[in-house]
Amino acid sequence: MRSFLVPSILLAAGLAFASPGTAQPAAAAAPAPAAAAPAAPAAKAADPTLDATGKPLHQATPGVGEPVDKAFYLQQQVTPTGKEAHDFHNYILVPLITIISAFVLLLLLWVIIRYRRAANPTPSRTSHNTAIEILWTLAPVLILVAIAIPSIKLLAAQFKPAPKGAVTLKAIGNQWFWSYEYPDNGNIQLTANMLKEEGQVGKGQRYRTDADGPRLLATDQRVVLPVGVPIRLVTTATDVIHSWAMPAFWIKLDAIPGRLNETSFVIQKEGVYFGQCSELCGARHAYMPIAVEAVSPAKFAQWVASKGGTMPGAKAEPASTTAIGNDATDATANGAVEAAPTVDATATPAPSNKPATANPAGAGNTGN
Amino acid sequence: MTDTALPYTAAHDHAHGDHDADHKPSFFARWFMSTNHKDIGTLYLIFAIFAGIIGGAISGIMRAELMQPGIQYLPWWVAKLHGEGTFDEAMHFWNVLITAHGLIMVFFMVMPAMIGGFGNWFVPIMIGAPDMAFPRMNNISFWLTVAGFILLMLSPFVGVGAGTGWTVYAPLSTYGEPGPSVDFAIFSLHLAGAASILGAINFITTIFNMRAPGMTLHKMPLFAWSVLVTAFLLLLALPVLAAAITMLITDRNFGTAFYDPQYGGDPVLYQHLFWFFGHPEVYIMILPGFGIISHIIATFSRKPVFGYLGMAYAMVAIGLVGFVVWAHHMFTTGLPVQVKMYFTAATMVIAVPTGVKIFSWIATMWGGSISFKTPMVWAIGFIFMFTVGGVTGVVLANGGVDDYMQDTYYVVAHFHYVLSLGAVFSLFAGFYYWFPKMTGKMYSELLGHVHFWVFFIGVNLLFFPMHFLGLQGMPRRIPDYTDQYAYWNHMATVGYMVMAAGMAVFFVNIIYALLAGKKAEANPWGEGATTLEWTLPSPPPFHQFETLPKID
Repeated sequence: MRSFLVPSILLAAGLAFASPGTAQPAAAAAPAPAAAAPAAPAAKAADPTLDATGKPLHQATPGVGEPVDKAFYLQQQVTPTGKEAHDFHNYILVPLITIISAFVLLLLLWVIIRYRRAANPTPSRTSHNTAIEILWTLAPVLILVAIAIPSIKLLAAQFKPAPKGAVTLKAIGNQWFWSYEYPDNGNIQLTANMLKEEGQVGKGQRYRTDADGPRLLATDQRVVLPVGVPIRLVTTATDVIHSWAMPAFWIKLDAIPGRLNETSFVIQKEGVYFGQCSELCGARHAYMPIAVEAVSPAKFAQWVASKGGTMPGAKAEPASTTAIGNDATDATANGAVEAAPTVDATATPAPSNKPATANPAGAGNTGN
Repeated sequence: MTDTALPYTAAHDHAHGDHDADHKPSFFARWFMSTNHKDIGTLYLIFAIFAGIIGGAISGIMRAELMQPGIQYLPWWVAKLHGEGTFDEAMHFWNVLITAHGLIMVFFMVMPAMIGGFGNWFVPIMIGAPDMAFPRMNNISFWLTVAGFILLMLSPFVGVGAGTGWTVYAPLSTYGEPGPSVDFAIFSLHLAGAASILGAINFITTIFNMRAPGMTLHKMPLFAWSVLVTAFLLLLALPVLAAAITMLITDRNFGTAFYDPQYGGDPVLYQHLFWFFGHPEVYIMILPGFGIISHIIATFSRKPVFGYLGMAYAMVAIGLVGFVVWAHHMFTTGLPVQVKMYFTAATMVIAVPTGVKIFSWIATMWGGSISFKTPMVWAIGFIFMFTVGGVTGVVLANGGVDDYMQDTYYVVAHFHYVLSLGAVFSLFAGFYYWFPKMTGKMYSELLGHVHFWVFFIGVNLLFFPMHFLGLQGMPRRIPDYTDQYAYWNHMATVGYMVMAAGMAVFFVNIIYALLAGKKAEANPWGEGATTLEWTLPSPPPFHQFETLPKID
């Protein structure tokens, strides 16, 4: 199946290409390898999400952040926009479509019974009734307007860009795993692979346990994010299109090579949440899950430290200020369609913020 | 239909014991070099049934694999096809299956049956024309479709198979999947598309120029209207698909970079082009069904269609609006919020003319004298199932909601409700409605009803649970799922088996009718059937309307 391996150069470039932060002259010289970033402030703290043996400390709450067997409803939402969308769906859309379907069904049953040949041997010849035709054109229009208003509001709420000081998470889709960067936190980098089952791995290799999460959803490294703090999610891909989806956050954003897509959300509840790649991306599309562990901001800071990263506010270190300063650029780069020429892309050729596609020489290519 | 009720005054001289009119060519010339619209229609129907069996069998393999969590059968299938393969090859084979199922059902089952089959058979007759405007082009349309199908069927044997999904998204379909398989699949679409464009030209010309004297557009039967609108959609949408996939071919083979961001291309461009075709395509698949249903409802209610003009122009409106809603398939690609708002609103607009059609069908039945022959039960089933599929479409139209639903089983449930329970129900309705006309034989009403009920229960059991899977976030196009999705997946597979049993009844019914069916009269449906095909004997003579009928 070698034919599916995208040239490994793509991957290499994807992993090497640094966050927008490093595109600044200050940091451009060294696209610092993840953990080694800013001259290790102190001895590495312990990862607060893992126990001494490296197993995850926190387990998912059954029924939250993961699918429920036999359920016929939406997953529980833990973000404000998710709750808004959830309510819009459950309290406006579902009742409305149920009523409309039931109404059509009742009309059908009525005509079937009342106007069957035995009950009504001579048909009428009516073929027009302007009043009723206007009525059944206008009534749906009104219903749709009633849907459109909350719908447009929801779109506006979802679009609200992340404020300054948000935690930026960059999710990079690869065939077939997700890698992550925290450009505002000393450029921590993670790679998250799906955990295989016990029988599927060699001796001594790590396999999935129930502490990790459900089959096909658990990853070897979880994305750790703080609760109550706005998260700016930026997605891109190194090879083909993937999609970063997290049902419990009501988030799904395509990760497209050559583009940076951005959205934002606030997680309101600590916990472990699972999602899956949601754009067909080749053979192992079903095997690139997403696992997010939402922790308190304090714990998040601890985790960042344990990964050798820094919290932006913590020190006035130049590296981190540029990282913040760069957010603005990042944001403008992401309205997708208007993404076009960004400041950075012209500034430095090397690891520009044009991601993904093994484009070391494509420096001037600010387009698309 | 009042407006189309055709007090048909032409002499019936050609209707009996035709001499010249029934002089048929030899077998090879008749079926392989055919220029006769009815024979070509028959060929299209046979082809569509054949392709439908293959596409349906592929979905059977898929449902079997999905019946339980874990990978059960895929490695076995790969071993059968290519010899022992790796795990990745087995997973890729899944993608080949979903791709083949989608492409076959869209391009080689629904479209050939609706437009090629029923369109060819009945549009000329309904408008009182002796044949299509370009009979030889009609022939090449059919054989290009066959050639396209053969290319698609060869694709898994010249490489590892095309596993791109029916949408063939770049860059998975460009540098993501080298090898000739994807090229074969793309060329297959080229051929099918060319065939459809030729067919569309033929229908437009026929309908505009060959209507019988007195048949104005506003007296034309609704099925002819529906094919006319469909033909315009084909004519405008398919060239865009052809352009998009030609760029795929050049990206794959000739070093261009239309969709390659490495050299300034953009993968999202492909999606815009594809869905500019893809959205009208869904109306291409359903509009002729609307036409068929209108005739059946009117016939078996013994009433003219309610609001004929509203019905005709609702289809025109659906066709027009269908061209400006495409990006609702792309809500998660990072569209600007204003664009999402526009596409949300525009998409909802389509519900209005669709509602007009649903209500007009019910109003046609209202006050009627309804007999529940097989075509009618399929048509009533269509109205309800299409409504259910339509309202979930209104849910999906909301860009904000789509951030959750996009690419989940909710979408799969939605489009199977409008296609597998919408378009396919209308196909069966039309098939039973016109079968006596086309073959001169009556099918078994009992088997027809059994087919309907078994199929109806089966497809609902199959597709309704998919809404629940989608609401729980299950992504589509995956061969294995986490164990919490097991229950509804199991039920869906049981539904597939019920559906398959219903199909067995269908085939038994056809065989029974062809071998032992009663002879069909010219008009087996009674006074409600008012269109011109019922004035001809069953089956119609090889050439009809040598003297044009006059419509007043």
